[in-house]
Amino acid sequence: MALLEVEGLEARYGWTKVLHGIRFAVEDGGITTILGANGAGKTTTLRAVCGMVRATGDVRFDGQRIDGRATEDIVRLGIAHVPEGRGTFVQLSVEENLRLGAYARREPGALARDLARIYDHFPVLGERRRQIAGSLSGGEQQMLAVGRALMLRPRLLLLDEPSLGLAPLVAREIFRIVRAINRDERVGVLLVEQNVATALDLADHAYLLETGRVVVSGPSAELRRDDAIRRSYLGY
Amino acid sequence: MEIFVQQVVSGLATGGIYGSVALALVMIYQATDVVNFAQGEMAMFSTYLAWSMLNAGVPYWAAFFATLAVAFVGGLLIERVVIRPVENAPVLTVVIVCIGLLVIFNSVAGWLYSYIQKPFPSPFPEKPFKIGDVFFGAHDLGALGVTLLVLLFLYVFFRYTTLGLAMRAAAQNPVSSRLCGIRVGWMLALGWGFAALVGAVAGMMIAPIVFLDPNMMSGILIYAFASATLGGFTSPGGAVLGGLIVGVVENLVGTYVRFIGTELKLTVALAMILIVLLVRPSGLFGRATVHRV
Amino acid sequence: MSRAQGWRRAIAPATIAIACALPFLLSNFRLFQFTQVGIYAIALLGLNILTGYNGQISLGHGAFYALGAYTTAIMIDKWNVAYGWTIPVAGLLCLAVGFLFGIPALRLEGLYLALATFALALAVPQILKYFEHWTGGSQGIVLSKPDPPRGLGLSPDQWLYFVTLGVVVVLFVLGANLLRGRTGRAIVAIRDNPIAAQAMGVNGALYKSLTFGVSAAYTGVAGALSALAIAFVAPDAFNVFLSITFLVGIVIGGLASISGAIFGALFIQFVPNWAQEISKAAPWAIYGIFLIVFMYVMPRGIAGSLRLAWTRLARVGGTGRTG
Repeated sequence: MALLEVEGLEARYGWTKVLHGIRFAVEDGGITTILGANGAGKTTTLRAVCGMVRATGDVRFDGQRIDGRATEDIVRLGIAHVPEGRGTFVQLSVEENLRLGAYARREPGALARDLARIYDHFPVLGERRRQIAGSLSGGEQQMLAVGRALMLRPRLLLLDEPSLGLAPLVAREIFRIVRAINRDERVGVLLVEQNVATALDLADHAYLLETGRVVVSGPSAELRRDDAIRRSYLGY
Repeated sequence: MEIFVQQVVSGLATGGIYGSVALALVMIYQATDVVNFAQGEMAMFSTYLAWSMLNAGVPYWAAFFATLAVAFVGGLLIERVVIRPVENAPVLTVVIVCIGLLVIFNSVAGWLYSYIQKPFPSPFPEKPFKIGDVFFGAHDLGALGVTLLVLLFLYVFFRYTTLGLAMRAAAQNPVSSRLCGIRVGWMLALGWGFAALVGAVAGMMIAPIVFLDPNMMSGILIYAFASATLGGFTSPGGAVLGGLIVGVVENLVGTYVRFIGTELKLTVALAMILIVLLVRPSGLFGRATVHRV
Repeated sequence: MSRAQGWRRAIAPATIAIACALPFLLSNFRLFQFTQVGIYAIALLGLNILTGYNGQISLGHGAFYALGAYTTAIMIDKWNVAYGWTIPVAGLLCLAVGFLFGIPALRLEGLYLALATFALALAVPQILKYFEHWTGGSQGIVLSKPDPPRGLGLSPDQWLYFVTLGVVVVLFVLGANLLRGRTGRAIVAIRDNPIAAQAMGVNGALYKSLTFGVSAAYTGVAGALSALAIAFVAPDAFNVFLSITFLVGIVIGGLASISGAIFGALFIQFVPNWAQEISKAAPWAIYGIFLIVFMYVMPRGIAGSLRLAWTRLARVGGTGRTG
């Protein structure tokens, strides 16, 4: 039984159907990536898993059905989502942002320990802990967004285009940390990325979306050799 | 000089009340983009409930805190029951619902308690206080004190508690808040609860001065709008400060400018609103919205 | 779909036909109420042009209503002008004043414009009382109802009704042409995305001020007609509650909708009366409940809900399956 199993997922914005019944999975402790050009439906997929978008289908987390449930409840089951655009609380401080990440957890006393852990991963956040989040650079805000998600101690981490708008060095650092957490703490990762090379490097499984449908899927090693991806992105 | 100081203190007292209602308005506006037109009537209704308790022989401070509790729960329930069905509707739709609440509260209060003015007791002594050479009304000082205490409590709550942080987050960014597991709907409900509580305090503090009747808060609401406009609708602290300024200015203008009688005092508030909006719409402490292309 | 469209095209003429028949079927009082509905419809269309189509929220249109009403009253009372002329004069005056208001309003958005107009609405009764020499102060000005032309066999109430109906038809046709054409699209574009509109060459400032002017003109004409219909103007009738009632009217009727103005007018005229019949003790509480329930059931107003129902039907009928 996989950590996340999705079957027949359909999603719509208003009257427009965006996902036409897609199927994918994230193994326990595995990293799955969803690739595709702009408008393919990648972000919608992540939002659908989190209940942020009107969707139907079979979504199972740890065997439990979570489709149709409210975002807040899904998060409390241990799914952390780093959304497109980061979703930082720009008027609050770095530390307040991180504290909010741990809101759903009920362990008293764990807060200080977890904050230390995040500052360990991302020292720059530690330096700026009292600064207002909106004044951070793009890369720092992305680190903050990932840090906030990790404060939840999730079983599954959803990442929506984490490298978008970041300098390559910063993006590489973030992926290094994601890989470390996946390896050391057995956190499953569902990654949506435009940067195909990096994504296939990180993930064990990949799915290629085209206008709301999965056209190719398989182990990343295979897909790296497949022409389908190049055709999907570049048209030839 | 003595008169000046007295008027300033008196102005601060009423200003604190305006600021409280302004704070309630700003709290809800920040979370929902809706101005709760019914804020004043809710405060008035809470004050009437206090009056009923006092009339039944309940001691003042027991009635006071009981009213705060009832107002808090009432505000919370109103958000969950009345506002929730339209929470995703366009802003103006919710405004109409608030107007509906306004007329309901006003009408029911008039029906239950009649439109005849009633006196409302002050918990503070009749005799004026003497500080230095100046006499101050005990109620003025007391009301100011109570208002500031309530505001201090709210400040500490929002700044230093986890729940307060969650409420602030929910108001600023509901989507991200949900991703942190925060039940945004209930945060909103708590916000309404606190707003109603603050309104109830304001009502009980102003009623001894202007006497209790169903239309008591309509003038106050306008001063609250002026306060929030002056301080900035995006700044809770600014709203309170705006209230204090409006209160003092209103009193000083009423005292020192001859031709401004009680009717034209309201015009002063209106003029303040218009001047602020023309010169600096976001108010003294508000944040101007920057439109990014 | 042409059969359905045929039905839709028939609605307007059918409504006008029914409206023409009413004076001969109703009592004087009921007729007066329907005259008031027509007047409100004009005022609401005016406000809807500004708030619904152009996105500028005004809580102060009662001021223009008052301006129109007092223009008529003063022209008739002090200068003995024929009532017919006062209506266009009121409209033009409000057009100019509204346009001038539109200029400082350009700096204000959403909430802040609402606050500014709200403050103005609050000031209106006091301003009217202050300029006693012109306005007659708190006592107001009494007028006499216009006489119907000889030979038509109509009572004054019936004549006023037809005059109002005529103005309604003219202004609604003009408004529809304006709103469904290029100007209308420009106005809506400014509401939805002012920066994009500007980038496409729409002069935002000019259009917004003009829209304010036109909106004020409509409401001013409504005010003028109301002065004639009620034959009396007094400051306290033009308080802030009037402006709020107008806002209620356009939201209930349906924003950005021409028919919405009529639905809204019917609501604000008749529902308070029904509320009174249901409960003598707390009629406004019933009205408030009506408001809230309406917003639950039809959050986009009556016209908005009809539009939605129409679209749903079209999908099922046209394509054979939903969405």
